[in-house]
Amino acid sequence: MKVEAEKVMSPAGSPQVPDPEAMNQMLPLGERRVAIEIENLSKKFDVVAVDGLTLEVMEGELFGLLGPNGAGKTTLINMLCGLTKPTAGTAKVGGYDIIKEIDKVKDQIGVCPQETALFPYLSGRENLDLFGSLYLMPKDALKKRSQELLAGIGLLEDANRRVGKYSGGMKRRLSLICALVHEPKIAFLDEPTVAMDPQSRHAVWGFIRDLTKDGKTVILTTHYMEEAQELCDRVGIIDHGKLIALGTPAELIEKYSAKHLEDVFLQLTGRNIREEL
Amino acid sequence: MKTRRIIAIAKRDLKRTAREPAALFMIFLFPIVFVIAFGGAFGGIGGSSSPTYGVGVVNLDNISTGVATNPQWSSLFVNSLSATKILNVQAYPDNETAQMDLAQGKIQAVMIIPSGFGASCSSFLASPGDASKWVNTTVLLYFDSGSLFATQAISPIFQQVLGTLLDGGQQTVAKPISLSTPSLVNVQKTSAFDYMAPGMFAFASIFMIMIVAQSFALDKENGLLKRIRMTPTSPSEFMMSQVLSNMVTAFIQAAIVFGLVYLMGFRPLVSSITIVLSFGLVLVFSLCNVGFGLITATIAKSSGAATGIAFLFLLPQLFLGTFVGASLSGAAQSASRFVPSFYVTDALTSLLLRGAPMTSPTILLDIAILVVSSVAILIVGILLFGRILRES
Repeated sequence: MKVEAEKVMSPAGSPQVPDPEAMNQMLPLGERRVAIEIENLSKKFDVVAVDGLTLEVMEGELFGLLGPNGAGKTTLINMLCGLTKPTAGTAKVGGYDIIKEIDKVKDQIGVCPQETALFPYLSGRENLDLFGSLYLMPKDALKKRSQELLAGIGLLEDANRRVGKYSGGMKRRLSLICALVHEPKIAFLDEPTVAMDPQSRHAVWGFIRDLTKDGKTVILTTHYMEEAQELCDRVGIIDHGKLIALGTPAELIEKYSAKHLEDVFLQLTGRNIREEL
Repeated sequence: MKTRRIIAIAKRDLKRTAREPAALFMIFLFPIVFVIAFGGAFGGIGGSSSPTYGVGVVNLDNISTGVATNPQWSSLFVNSLSATKILNVQAYPDNETAQMDLAQGKIQAVMIIPSGFGASCSSFLASPGDASKWVNTTVLLYFDSGSLFATQAISPIFQQVLGTLLDGGQQTVAKPISLSTPSLVNVQKTSAFDYMAPGMFAFASIFMIMIVAQSFALDKENGLLKRIRMTPTSPSEFMMSQVLSNMVTAFIQAAIVFGLVYLMGFRPLVSSITIVLSFGLVLVFSLCNVGFGLITATIAKSSGAATGIAFLFLLPQLFLGTFVGASLSGAAQSASRFVPSFYVTDALTSLLLRGAPMTSPTILLDIAILVVSSVAILIVGILLFGRILRES
């Protein structure tokens, strides 16, 4: 169902042109603009890591990328971020080609990598300042944004402590907000809640939900099926580099007659233990 | 290329140097420790308050000369001088060698005991009252003109010891042996520490190889390089920031070393422009060390391996190109021409110690080789590590 753009009256009574971004957010997922467009994307190392993957992620969508170890999730994200060049296929992120316009792609995205890659000798606030500066954020805006993020993720009291002294969970939370400090349109969150205690995990879930409310597109990779079920608008399950299932968690549960998403995952990817090499 | 990004990353590096104990020690505390240690060991500390004074003695009236008739007298005289405890008597085989050490400030006076000295002593004792029977000789003296003690105190000590030897210390006016009017020699007051001081700048800077290699390897290991690559920061901005931060570190390090060697007694009699140029040379040399650090980080699979590999670049520079190499064999000294640290040390020694003009061909050649080699090594380092950065 298409939502008609409504004219909103300003307090003075004159017609106010609605914000196109806000309008796009009001549309159902399938009718929104495409944020990430992947077509036949492949990456071959010694083995085929990503194998002709085609996928579209809509603006404002929280998309879960699921798969066992070594399925190709991180390779896919690395290609979309410009860290690895694809062997074949094309992809556009925020409307920009990941090969020809990678600088523009990098301006649009924020990446929270799997490892908590932070500068341990800097404080939490200094880490945020550094990442904000790399995106050339105006200093005042950066200061304000850092303060908001630190408060939002529960690190304000520890903001001036060196990151080397942080607990694992605190580092994870800081790593997440470092990826978001410059207010990217698209966020890639690679297992952001791994090794977090339930309290921290739920706090981060709330934080991630708020991102989509702000119109950001989020690609979330996770091994926690309950997390994907709880948070994601849609999920894609990847195995051996191929997209083997795509849909909302409810759709997949229904389609595979499963109790929950984890059952779907195990049905599709098997019960053999995988290790990432 | 965005200046703000370059400054942001450079600031991060400087904070790391200041906050990481290992980096702080290697870059700043280690130079402080070794300058003080070497200063203490080689005359930078307490050298001027030594209680004894070096006197070189060339004895031409001993058995080895083949002309001595009563060599026991000269031996007795030398032993009596040593017994004063004020003089540190060193025997020299010839005047030339003794004069060389006097000129270099290693001793404060040279005394030449002439052949016939023993004969003079014997003739005096045989006929103390009959000067016509004496065999007259003259002891030649050379003093360091800059030494107040040498010019004023050594001569009376000689006179007193000689008098005691001949007549038991009685104030006999005439004697067959006279002391010549001392020849004053202009001595360059250069201690062993002074010779070491210019090399200390290179010595301190060389350890940057290890710090740069470790930090890059650690950033690679921890995924920090990958994370920076995910931002719009370009490899050239990243590399430029590294060069900038390490230049700042090198400047602070050079200032610390200069301040310390000055406090330890090193007094280069040169203009402020020469001092500025010297700092410039140290900064250029730091580029070479950043280059070697990058090459090391490229080869190393981990930060631990980087430390070991860094020694491959560090040790040759250390032993062949700094003050450590002053006493190397001829072959090793030839090999030293292949390490950049030799050229910075040589140029700094010429400028600060010998007071050579900046336009002298030797210094210009040193500077040219230093600049070319440092820039070349830096470029190789950037190209090699740039590949790692792109692949991280």
